[in-house]
Amino acid sequence: MVQQDKPILLDVAGLSVSFASDRGLVQAVRDVSFRVHEGEILSIVGESGSGKSVTLLSLLGLHDRKATRVEGSVSFRGKPILDLPASQMRAIRGREIGLISQDPMTALTPVYTIGWQIAEQIRAHENISARAAHRRAIELLGEVGLSNPGEAVDRYPHQLSGGMRQRAVIAMALSCNPVLLVADEPTTALDVTVQAQVIDLLLRLRKDFGSAIILITHDMGVVAEVAEQVAVMYAGRIVERGRTEEIFSAPLHPYTWGLMASIPPLTGPRLTKLRSIPGMPPTPETVPDGCGFAPRCAFARPICAERPPLQKVGGQAALCVIDDAERPALRRAALPQEELA
Amino acid sequence: MFFAILQRLGQMLFVMFGISALVFLIFFATPGSDPAARLAGRNASQETVEAIRKEFGFDRPLPVQYVVMMKRLFVTQDLTSFVNRGYRIVPAVVAAAPVTISLVAGAAILWIVGGIFVGVIAALTRDTLIDRGLMALALIGVSMPVYWLGEVMNLISQSRFHDTWMFSWVPALGYKPLMEDPVGWFKTLVIPWFTLAALYIGIYGRVLRANLVEAYQEDFIRTARAKGLSPARVMVRHALRTSLIPFVTMFGLDFGVLVGGAALLTEVVFGLNGVGRLTYQALLNLDLPMILGTVMYASFFVVVANALVDVVYVLIDPRVRGN
Ligand SMILES: Nc1ncnc2c1ncn2[C@@H]1O[C@H](COP(=O)(O)OP(=O)(O)OP(=O)(O)O)[C@@H](O)[C@H]1O
Ligand SMILES: [Mg+2]
Repeated sequence: MVQQDKPILLDVAGLSVSFASDRGLVQAVRDVSFRVHEGEILSIVGESGSGKSVTLLSLLGLHDRKATRVEGSVSFRGKPILDLPASQMRAIRGREIGLISQDPMTALTPVYTIGWQIAEQIRAHENISARAAHRRAIELLGEVGLSNPGEAVDRYPHQLSGGMRQRAVIAMALSCNPVLLVADEPTTALDVTVQAQVIDLLLRLRKDFGSAIILITHDMGVVAEVAEQVAVMYAGRIVERGRTEEIFSAPLHPYTWGLMASIPPLTGPRLTKLRSIPGMPPTPETVPDGCGFAPRCAFARPICAERPPLQKVGGQAALCVIDDAERPALRRAALPQEELA
Repeated sequence: MFFAILQRLGQMLFVMFGISALVFLIFFATPGSDPAARLAGRNASQETVEAIRKEFGFDRPLPVQYVVMMKRLFVTQDLTSFVNRGYRIVPAVVAAAPVTISLVAGAAILWIVGGIFVGVIAALTRDTLIDRGLMALALIGVSMPVYWLGEVMNLISQSRFHDTWMFSWVPALGYKPLMEDPVGWFKTLVIPWFTLAALYIGIYGRVLRANLVEAYQEDFIRTARAKGLSPARVMVRHALRTSLIPFVTMFGLDFGVLVGGAALLTEVVFGLNGVGRLTYQALLNLDLPMILGTVMYASFFVVVANALVDVVYVLIDPRVRGN
């Protein structure tokens, strides 16, 4: 396995995030662990509200410190970063870890040109002149595929389309050649053709700059296409993680089965109806102590009220009681045959 | 640009016409007040009243009276007070305006700086003791009546502690023209400035803090922090800059109204013979020419202040610029 040879870039172990609310602390992220190797793309998938954004923001220290409690450990290049002094964390943010945030429509400050905002980031980390930073901004905008970067650089965010803004946000995140790019649903606000372009762009950037990418997305098609590693989140936990081929060919967790069953198949006969997972995901206040998915799981049993064990198959791991012996039969029942062919 | 200025001028004329016509009509429509009888004073004989009516032109049709009065106010500038004959309106307003403008402009600088300082510090230290303390102080500033605060300041600086080192520099109440005596001008105005500004520092500080706290929920603030900017830069360049619109709007309104005469209480307490006081006395005497003069002056400043606010909008927010 190629990526195992590369050094670990980001190591998240036992990360939990809770918010102070009227009814005490509410845990939105529970005991999440994952690793990202250099140059690797990790995709985090999961329903809305499963805690994907919260996980990423808290490991970057971008949460509201007063209302949020973060536990666990996060190491970046072998150095723990959760308790780093603010000034040292600032040197990492934007320089070594770039963030592409969820909504490009609101992610840019409305009163400055995009060139100014990109130059601002460059100059926060590098000692270069405003002129040079401006030139770099133009180059970056060209690299992310804006057709007329020399003109776009002096535009204000409201003068750009959603796709152009998203590219500007990506250009900004890339401006200091970060070794890790954190992309929180970089394509949800875009239409399908632009989505494909943005994904291509991320892949090309990885090739050119060798950055590792954490990609949050709802789109299993994108995951299958670009990711090397996948982490499936449900109700604040990573319920399954492993290499993309493994997860797609032999998913372990019933929730992952549900996700797979809801992807329209590309080949084979058209299904009359896509399956969806019945019920609604729990909110952080209502997550049960045991398996969070049990109330919606077709294979739930009494033991699911307790904390599910971590089952490992090769490099793959899942939080579920279903063991190797009964899994294949249940999976066949849950997934349409085409998926497993 | 030229067109915009023209538009503003048109707007100003319209506002001034509207207000003056309104004042004019109210004066003549006030029930039970025959202006001639009022001017003649109590126990005046019928002949005197008639004579006054003729002399002031109250027997002519209202539109004619209006036009004549406007002409004398703006063109010949020899319109005189009804009450105090020989007291000409335009010179009176021109003499009072620098007093009011000095008072309000100085206070405005104080309250802009003070309001931004209070708002920014409170937002940066949100929910700490510093924040609570500042907000409590701001609330005190808002709730202290300006005449009361002014009297207290006078009591302290003019009598109780006037002979101590702290307040021995304070000159007697009154106004000293900037051109003749800049130091005296400054000394007489320092305490009025702070007195007038206290209220506005409180209001502006609280409003700005609320806007800043709201701005910190915005995605672009998260982006700014993710870029690795310092907290000060995130605050000033990103949060403050985008929160200034309500601040500027309020400032335009308050400044225009205060220069227009709403600083009356401060003027009275500190013996400053400004426009507020002039307006107040004219209103007490129902002195139509003086009311018209001061009201026109006030509406001029309200419109000018709003035009300036529009210019500032364009400077601080590109979205307003349009095409
Ligand atoms: N500041 C906060 N205070 C309280 N609860 C919060 C806060 N931020 C997020 N949450 C809660 O944490 C949970 C996870 O939110 P998160 O934004 O991580 O979801 P997500 O997986 O990114 O969803 P989406 O795909 O819709 O972006 C949600 O239930 C949300 O209500
Ligand atoms: Mg999210």
